This record gives sequence, structure tokens and C-alpha cells, in this order.
Amino acid sequence: MESNMSGPYSRLPATEGRLASQQSETPPVDLRLHHALGAVEPGQPLDQNARVAIEVRHLNFYYGTHQVLFDISLPIRQRQITALIGPSGCGKSTFLRTLNRMNDLIPETRIEGEAIFDGENIYDPAIDVIRLRQRIGMVFQRPNPFPKSIFDNIAYGLRIQRKPRRQIQEEVERSLRAAALWDEVKDRLKASALGLSGGQQQRLCIARALALHPEVLLLDEPCSALDPIATLKIEELLLSISKEYTIVIVTHNMSQAARISQYTGFFLNGRLIEYGPTAELFKRPRQRETEDYISGRFS
Amino acid sequence: MSVPMPTSSSSSSTLQSGESRLHPFLATRSSLNLRRRLVNALVVLFTTLAALFAAGLLIYLLCYVLSQGLRYINLDFFTQLPTPNGEPGGGMGEAFQGSLILIALASLMGVPLGLFTGIYLAEFGRGPFAQGVRFLVDVLNGIPTIIFGLLAWVLIVIPMQSFSGLAGGFALGMIMIPIVTRTSEDVLRLVPRELREASLALGATEARTILQIVLPAARNGIITGVVLAMARVAGETAPLLMTAFGTTFWNTDVTQPMDALPLRIFQFTLSPYQQQVNQAYAGAFVLIVLILLASLAVRLAAGGFKQR
Repeated sequence: MESNMSGPYSRLPATEGRLASQQSETPPVDLRLHHALGAVEPGQPLDQNARVAIEVRHLNFYYGTHQVLFDISLPIRQRQITALIGPSGCGKSTFLRTLNRMNDLIPETRIEGEAIFDGENIYDPAIDVIRLRQRIGMVFQRPNPFPKSIFDNIAYGLRIQRKPRRQIQEEVERSLRAAALWDEVKDRLKASALGLSGGQQQRLCIARALALHPEVLLLDEPCSALDPIATLKIEELLLSISKEYTIVIVTHNMSQAARISQYTGFFLNGRLIEYGPTAELFKRPRQRETEDYISGRFS
Repeated sequence: MSVPMPTSSSSSSTLQSGESRLHPFLATRSSLNLRRRLVNALVVLFTTLAALFAAGLLIYLLCYVLSQGLRYINLDFFTQLPTPNGEPGGGMGEAFQGSLILIALASLMGVPLGLFTGIYLAEFGRGPFAQGVRFLVDVLNGIPTIIFGLLAWVLIVIPMQSFSGLAGGFALGMIMIPIVTRTSEDVLRLVPRELREASLALGATEARTILQIVLPAARNGIITGVVLAMARVAGETAPLLMTAFGTTFWNTDVTQPMDALPLRIFQFTLSPYQQQVNQAYAGAFVLIVLILLASLAVRLAAGGFKQR
């Protein structure tokens, strides 16, 4: 492990100088993307001893008779960030949603194979789906705060669990702090969450998930509706909480995967083409398709 | 004009003559353009006239009703009972009282049934059964309202051996069900799927998601539907003729005949006394204004919601 791991860009001393010398209208993030793709080492340092949080084995998924996932097997490692990349419609979001059984809600879907979480198959009919979703939280593509106050948004999941009022108040503050939102909203907790900016809303949604102390946090393209600055904040937030939570993030943004993840899986046409440590996958892809994708030959 | 204009009468020959081929558009412009403009002007004229006629009818109705009844709208009109034998004074207080009770009774039955059916159709309703329910609700919406009166008469009036407010409320409630069902189904479907998923992903059950997230998000639209349904039954007369029946006395006992505004208007219109006929116009005016106000309030309260 490197010692200067305070933020995603702390390893990029050159970036600062370059930024300053650029014209002001140049979006700074573009440069960072460039660095993440090229000059900078992809991937966060990984913990070799990380245990497996969810072991997915031979997963097939069907919408009616249409198969969208083919024989997916991969380990989701504990307290690491796993990024899932691939072109639109490759099945990465569908795969993510199988991990907390959100696809149950879509009629005429069928699943084969297993995903072992804490010694039990997620698809075991005896599994308590409610409990499962409390242990495996999810953040969606578009920020989707409830049309309630900021406080009530976070308290919602806690009230479901009938936590005492006192504990709810503590958890609201704790999770807002964890989501780096506390300072921005502490004076207006009773205000509607819909008055927040898109980036704040998405951090609120992350805080809402964190309030339940999930073991795993699934994020489905959490930054795709956000501007670059808000995206950076989310990425920093994810890195800061990745020491406590297992994170799986679906992203369209390859440089995002390269910046924040320890492991990356590349999906194409419903198949997991390649999976491995992010550094290796980006620098020495073993599959031709992976190389074509990360070098931008198709998207 | 510097451009040579071919004659408009021979458009086919102008295309062949070398001179006119230089200006093929001009060849047809004068004849076609005139016809187009004429047709256009006529369509605009007729649609405008139709709109004016429709709006004018309502305004004429309001003015006429007002001119006949305005003199009789005073405090007594709302608080006094009808006078016997057309003596001067009096009002139709019992009709306002009865209408309020009847609409309350109808809402008690129509709102929950309609709302829950709407929730079922929007949230759980899939497959042929839901399609059947949806179709039946539409049919229910189209049934002449006197049929509901007949149903209430058979189910309640005959067994109880008496006309009653209960029977009237039942008939009006039946009329409310399809209106509330369809509007609430529509607005519930407008609630983004993302909100439902957010709730479910936090470990909420479907029931909790609907009650605490989906229904509050759709609240404005649901209230709109309820108010429109109430305004609709407030003016219903036919189903009340054989159920609530009407009375000229104060009555809060729902097992007894009960008056209603449209019923009183109907009775007074047929009255041989001029004062009661004029009071019927006054009642009609009040009824129209109440319904207008309800529609207006809904428009204002849910305006942003409906326009999207």
C-alpha cells in the first residue's frame, strides 16, 4: 500500500502544474481523464488478502426467452472497489441488479446459477429479500431522492428497521458526514431533498444507503447524470468509504474505473470477457476485445 | 413585375412551353395559393366559431340562470327551508345540507374503492385479469347514472322499505369509483420507477413503498381526481330520484329520505309557483358556480402537475 492515499489524484503531482498553466476555459477534468488513461498508473493499490464478499458462479439471466447474461463468474472482493465496464447494453447494469435481486421486480425474468453472499446463495428462495437489500445497498443512475426532507430521506430506511429516534438522529449525521454532505446541509435538514443540486442529491442517495450499514454498496453509473466536478466529489467519496464497504460500480467511464477501482470486469454482449486487477486489465489486457474497448476502438 | 407571369388557367401547357419552364413555381402559385388561403381562412373561421359557440353557450346559460335567480340568492336561500305553497321567502337549506351529506357518503365509498382499484391497476395489475378490471371500470364510467340509481333502489331502498340518504350515497359512490380509479391509476403511473426502486433497495416492502413513497408523490393528482369526481356527483339528479328521493325538511338521518341540490332544482322547476321556479334558477346558478370553483381550484392547485 502506498502511504499518500488521501485522494484519487494525490499521486498526480504533475497534474497541478499543468492545470495552472492551462487556459481557464479548458475543463480541468479532461486533463485528469487524459492522465488516468495514459500517463498515470491505472487502478488503486489492492489488498492481496481481501476476502471474497460475493462469489458469483455461472450466472445466466433471461428476460423472457431472451438471454442477456451468459455464464458470469467472478469474485467481488471485500472492501475493494470493483468496476464493471463495457458498452451500453452489455448487461453490466443487469448483472449489478442481480446482486441485490432488484430484477425480481421485473416480470418474466429468470435466473440460473448462484451468487454466494455470506455463505448463502442470494437466489435461495428462503432468502429474506428485504434483509438482503438492507445488507447490499444500491445507488442508481439518476439521483432519486424521495420528495421528502433531507432528514427523512436518510431516516426512511432506519424507520423501516424501527430504530429508536435517538439512533436515527445519530445515523443521519454519521451517514451525511460519510457522504461528505453534512457541512452543506446541516442547517437545512428539514428542507426538501429536491432542492439540492444533482451532485448533492446523488451524495444524499449514497448517504441514504450508507445509513443502513450495508456490507456491500452497488452503484449503477452513479455519475452519468452529473457534471465533472460533482463526479470528482463522488469518486473521492467512494475512495474514502472503500476502506469500510465493499463497492461494485458500473460505469461507462473507463477512466473512472481506472481511477478508483482495484478490480475491473469487462462485459460485452452479456459475457464477462475479462476480469482482473484494474492495473493489469488496463495495461496488459489479455483479450483482444478488452484491448479494443479500453483503447477506444469501439464503444 | 419584372418576371413574366404565365396564365394561371393553363398550368399543364405552361410546364411544356419553354418560356414558362423557367418559372415553374410561379405557374401554379396564383391559383393554388388562393385556394389554399381560402381553405385555411375557412378552417380557422369555423373552428373559431365553434369555440365561440361552445363558450358562448356556457356564458349564456350562466347569464340566463343568473338573471332569473339572482334576486333569490341571499342568506335565507342557504339557511331556510322552502316555504309551503309558494309563500314569499324561504330557501333550500335542506338541499345544501343533504348534498353535503350525500357527497360525503359517496366519497366514503367511492374514494377508497376507487383509489385502491387504481393502486391495484397501476402497481400490481398485470395480465388478463387486470385488463378485464380496466375494461370494466371504463364500462362503469360510461353507464347512464340512472342505472346506478336503479341498483341502489333494488339493493337498499327495497330491503329497507324506505328511500334514504344511504341509498343515494351508494348510487353516487358507484359513479365516483371509475373516475377516481382512472385518475389515480394514471397519476400513479407517472411516479418514476426510480422512486419505487430507491425505496425497495432500502429494504422496504412493496406495501410500504406504495403508502409512504408512491402515494405521497402522486398526492396532487389523486386529490384532483377526487375533487373532480365529487363535482361530478354533486350535479347528479337521476340516480337520486329513486334513492334519496328528496324532502323539504332538515334531515341528518341517512336512513330517511334526503334532499339534494339538483333534486330540489328539479322539483322547483316543476312547481306551479313562480317564486319556486326562480329559486330553482338560483339553485342552478349556485351549483354551476360550485362546480366551476372546484374545477378552478383543481386547475390552480395541480396546474404544474397537469401541464407536464
